[in-house]
Formats: sequence, C-alpha cells, structure tokens
Amino acid sequence: MRAEAKLGFILLLSPLVVWLSLLILIPHIDMLLVSLRERVGVGEYRISLANYLTFINEPLYLRTFIRTAMMSILATTITLLIAFPVSYYIAKIARGRVQSALFLLCLVPFWVSELVRTFGWMILLRETGIISNLLQALGLVDGPVELLYNDAAIMVGLVYTSMLFMVVPLVTTLESLPDEVIEAGYDLGGNGISVLREIIIPHATPGIVSGCIVVFMLSLGNYLTPIMLGGKDSLWFTELIYSQFIVRFNWELGAAFGFLLLGLSSFIVWGMLKLTGQSLEKTMG
Amino acid sequence: MSKLKAICLSTVASSAIVLAIPASADTLRLLTWGGYAPEEVIAKFEAETGHTVEVTTSNNEQMIAKLRATGGGGFDLAQPSQDRIAGPQAEFGIYKPIDMSKIDTSLFIPSMLEATQGNTTVDGAVYGVPHVWGTSGLVLDTKMAASVKDYTDLCSDDVAGKVSYRLKRPTLIGFAFAMGLDPFAAYGDEAAYSEVMAQVEAKLTDCKPNVKTYWGGGDELIGLVRSGEVVASMAWDAGGWQLNADNPDINFVAPASGALGWIDTFALPAKGRADDAAYDWINFVMRPDIAAMITEASSYFTASQGADEFVNEAQKAQFQASFPQEAIDNIKWYPPVPAGLEAIEGGVLDRVKAAN
Repeated sequence: MRAEAKLGFILLLSPLVVWLSLLILIPHIDMLLVSLRERVGVGEYRISLANYLTFINEPLYLRTFIRTAMMSILATTITLLIAFPVSYYIAKIARGRVQSALFLLCLVPFWVSELVRTFGWMILLRETGIISNLLQALGLVDGPVELLYNDAAIMVGLVYTSMLFMVVPLVTTLESLPDEVIEAGYDLGGNGISVLREIIIPHATPGIVSGCIVVFMLSLGNYLTPIMLGGKDSLWFTELIYSQFIVRFNWELGAAFGFLLLGLSSFIVWGMLKLTGQSLEKTMG
Repeated sequence: MSKLKAICLSTVASSAIVLAIPASADTLRLLTWGGYAPEEVIAKFEAETGHTVEVTTSNNEQMIAKLRATGGGGFDLAQPSQDRIAGPQAEFGIYKPIDMSKIDTSLFIPSMLEATQGNTTVDGAVYGVPHVWGTSGLVLDTKMAASVKDYTDLCSDDVAGKVSYRLKRPTLIGFAFAMGLDPFAAYGDEAAYSEVMAQVEAKLTDCKPNVKTYWGGGDELIGLVRSGEVVASMAWDAGGWQLNADNPDINFVAPASGALGWIDTFALPAKGRADDAAYDWINFVMRPDIAAMITEASSYFTASQGADEFVNEAQKAQFQASFPQEAIDNIKWYPPVPAGLEAIEGGVLDRVKAAN
C-alpha cells in the first residue's frame, strides 16, 4: 500500500520535474557555464569572470540596467494607480452584466497579439498619425507633432500592455472583501480615506503585491514595446541581451547579462515582499 | 493480440513507405532573405525537379545565430553575405565546403564568382558562391533633401529631424568612408580599427539629434519615407527603387564617397540533409530567365550571366539613373570581416544608442 502511494506520488510528480529540469534548470545551468567563459582566440575559450567585469567596467551597461529597473518600477506604479480604481469599480460598485461587461472590456485588447497592440499605438502617436492630425484639425498646434520615440511613449505602451495583469488579481481580492466590513468602517465614524487606508488596502495587499510582481516582471522582460515605441532612445536591458546573442555573436556576454537581469528581478521582488511584509506563499497561494 | 500486431505492422509499413520516397525528391529548407525566393520561382522549381521548398526569411546575424545554435542544422541551404562566411566558419564551423563540380559555373558572372570564392575560402575549401548583389547608399526625397550628397550630409541642419539610418555595421563603415577614413584598410589591425570607430562614434553621437529614429527592417524604412516623415536615409538600393516606383521624387543615390557593395551567397549548412536539392536550386535560380524573375520580384540584381537581357526596361532605367559608370567603379565591396571586429563595433553601436 505504502509503496503504491509512493509510486503514485512519483508518477504525479514526474511531469513537473521533467518540465522544470528540461525547460528551466538545464538551460539555466548551461547559460551559467556560457557566461563564465571568455573567448581567447578562434574557437578557444577559458573560464573567467571577464563578462561580469565588462558589465561593471562599462558605465553604459550599468546605466541601462538601472534605467530599465527604474522605468519598470515606474510603469508598475502607474499601472497600479490606474488599475486600482478600475478594479474597485468592477468588484464593488458595478453589478451583474455591467460587471462582466467591464471585465470583458479589460480583456478584449489581449485577444490580439502584443505586436499588433504596440503597432496600434504607433499609428496613433506617429507624426502623420491620428492624434497629430486631430490636434492640427482642432487648431491646437501649427505643424505635425511627433509623439512617438520617447520615454513617455514607452511608458504608455508598458502600462497598456500590463494593465490586465494588475486588474485580475485586484478584482479577485477585492471581491472577497465583504461589503459589510466597509459599511462597518463607515458606521464606526471612518471617512473615505480612512476606510481605504485601514480596511480596503490592507485586505487587497496580497492582490496588489502579486499584481505588482507580475507587471514588474513583464515590464522588465519586455522587448517589443521599448524597441518599437522608444525609437532612437529606447535603451532597454533585454535589447542589450538580444543584440549580444543575435547581432554580436557574443553569447558569453549575453548570458552574463541574462543572469544579471535574473538577479536584479529576484532582488527587487524580494525587496518588495520584505517592504510590504508579505511572503511569496501568501501572495501567490 | 492480433489487432496489436496489425497496428504494429501497418505502422512499420507506413513508415517504410515514408522512408522509401526516392532521394531525388527532397525537401529543401532554405534560409534566405525576403524576396530572394519568390512564389512563382518556387512553383516552377517544384514542378521541374519534384523537390519541395520551405522558405525561412532572415538576415545575416540571425542566419549565423540560428546555424550556430544547432551547429549548422535545421536548414539545407543558407544565404549569408560573402563577407560574413569566413569568420563564422572559422569560429563555429557551421558550413560544409561546396563541391564546385556540382555547380554549373558557366551560369555565373566570372568576376563575381571568383571574388566570392576568394573571400569565402577557409583552409583551402570554398564555402560560398554568389547569388544576389546590391549596394547600400542613400535614399532621398530629391525635392526635400537635395543638399544631401554623402552620409555625413545626413547630419546637416537642412534635414534635421527627418533623417533615419540603421544602427548596424554598414552605417559605421559608410560614415567612416564619408569622413575620409578607410575602415577596410584597418580591418587587420584591431587598434587601428578601434581608432577609426572612435571617430565614427563621435560623429554619430553628434548627429543623433538629427535622427528621427533608427530603422530596423526594410518595411519600417519604406513606411517612414513613404509617409514623408523621413526625407533622407541610409538604405539599400532596392528599397529606393521600390519607393521610386510609387513616387518619382524619391530615389536611390550613390553617395559621393562610394556606395557599399555586398554579395549574398549560397552556403551549405554543416548538417544540411538535402545537398542534391540545394545544388539543384542553385543551378536553377542562376539560369538567366529565373534570375530575371527574382530581379523583377525584389529589385535586386543577381550574379547570373546574361540575366540582364531578361530584366524589364523600367528596372534597367532605375539602375542606370542611380549608377552612372563612375558610381559603379566607386562601389566599395566588403572584404571578409575578421572575427573580433564585431565586438568593437558592438560597443560603439551601444554607446551611440545610449547617447543623449
């Protein structure tokens, strides 16, 4: 009996183990080994930390690294600020069909691919695009205005792309908050702000944290949006990794960058969890 | 039990049938550039030889990256540029030598065949034969950007904010020539090349405010120029001729310092499985009538001997307008890129991209 249970356990576990080891563990070990070797001649390599030293010694890479992290944090914050009222409305104020219709509206843009969505923004923002022409037609500006190819355009794209991933966890946690608790807060003399601070936000914290983690990861690892909307000033860390691998044939440096990005994102997520006093089990479970 | 047996037998039999398809009808997995394998050419090839063709379009860097990732597998025929074969071959061993006896050399323009063979020889074996050639230079809206004669003119105030180019190695090389430097002469000497590139970097950083955006793919560039958002750009000749067909004001102009000439080749990936089909394809598309079909579809000219006669008059006229004889003589052909230069260029390109 016991042996059978053990066998069942192993059989049930094996797909997960195979999945994790084949698709995550083994590639990462290989990447780590690649990142630790240095090219000394044609087809000759030796083990060294040269790639990581390159990262430290070249201010550009460090700057891009920090810029990517900062922009991602900002994008996460903006997404949260926009998504929170929206989610609250969907979860608590809208009822019945309106509720599901609103939720569906958040979902609809995700039925098309990210490329198409980003290209949609390009059509809107470009110099000969819709917004520029509209402003000219209204007489607000004299000539064509270029809204594309700057950091604000990247930010718009990032927030738009990740909105759903903030709304879903927020709606789920806010729905689990009984209306009576909010009413009780008002009955006990609280006003809008204190109810929000003392009741709603503490209850929604797991949703906020898990939404933030997902959005932050998506922004940090985004490649398409910064490239397409950022134009000549779009320096994003994933772009550096891509160009090291594909354009420069420098897999060693690319792999080192990949590991640094992994370390950075893990560190920031860990910091975020510590700061909010949450644990990974609580937010993800 | 007998049912199981039957299933087993039928499986074996059907796989035997699959395996028994004669070797003469292979699937050719072609790794090429957009426009090099037009539909009608593929249809004709399949009808004549019985092979089937699967096309994957790509660019130089991706081709090398793809073949490197598989050790030269996954494709039966690739089309990298002639200057990008010797370096990666020495470094990664992703190609196999070409058996010249299986190629009908009379179909090729002799000077191009010879030059390509010379540039793609590693350890005495030839790895590439020429297919399509072209140049990069300037695509201009002649009404709006008449003052632009060379790459460095892209940085003048006349065209501020309406300029685009690629942030790739041809731009570095082109600017170096326009600044009076000779990057090809410095290819063999990393220190000298770094010096050349440092000057180009300073120029490109100064020039950055003029640039609207750095274009990535041909379609993106055509969109920018067609909408009028960009009036002067560094680009391929064929892109300029495509735009010229829609708007006569726009045309390809060979810069004063010389257009940069490239030749895309045929090379056999090391683990290709359909070499015969690959040789058949090479000999087929180099036939003058087929080569002219490719030129018509993509605006690119091929290394096929005698294909000119089959090319239509409009394309000939476009070519002659962009390339008077002295411009042809002034084309700077890329020599093979020594391994290691990409790292120097990469640093320059990254820093230009990050500059404010």
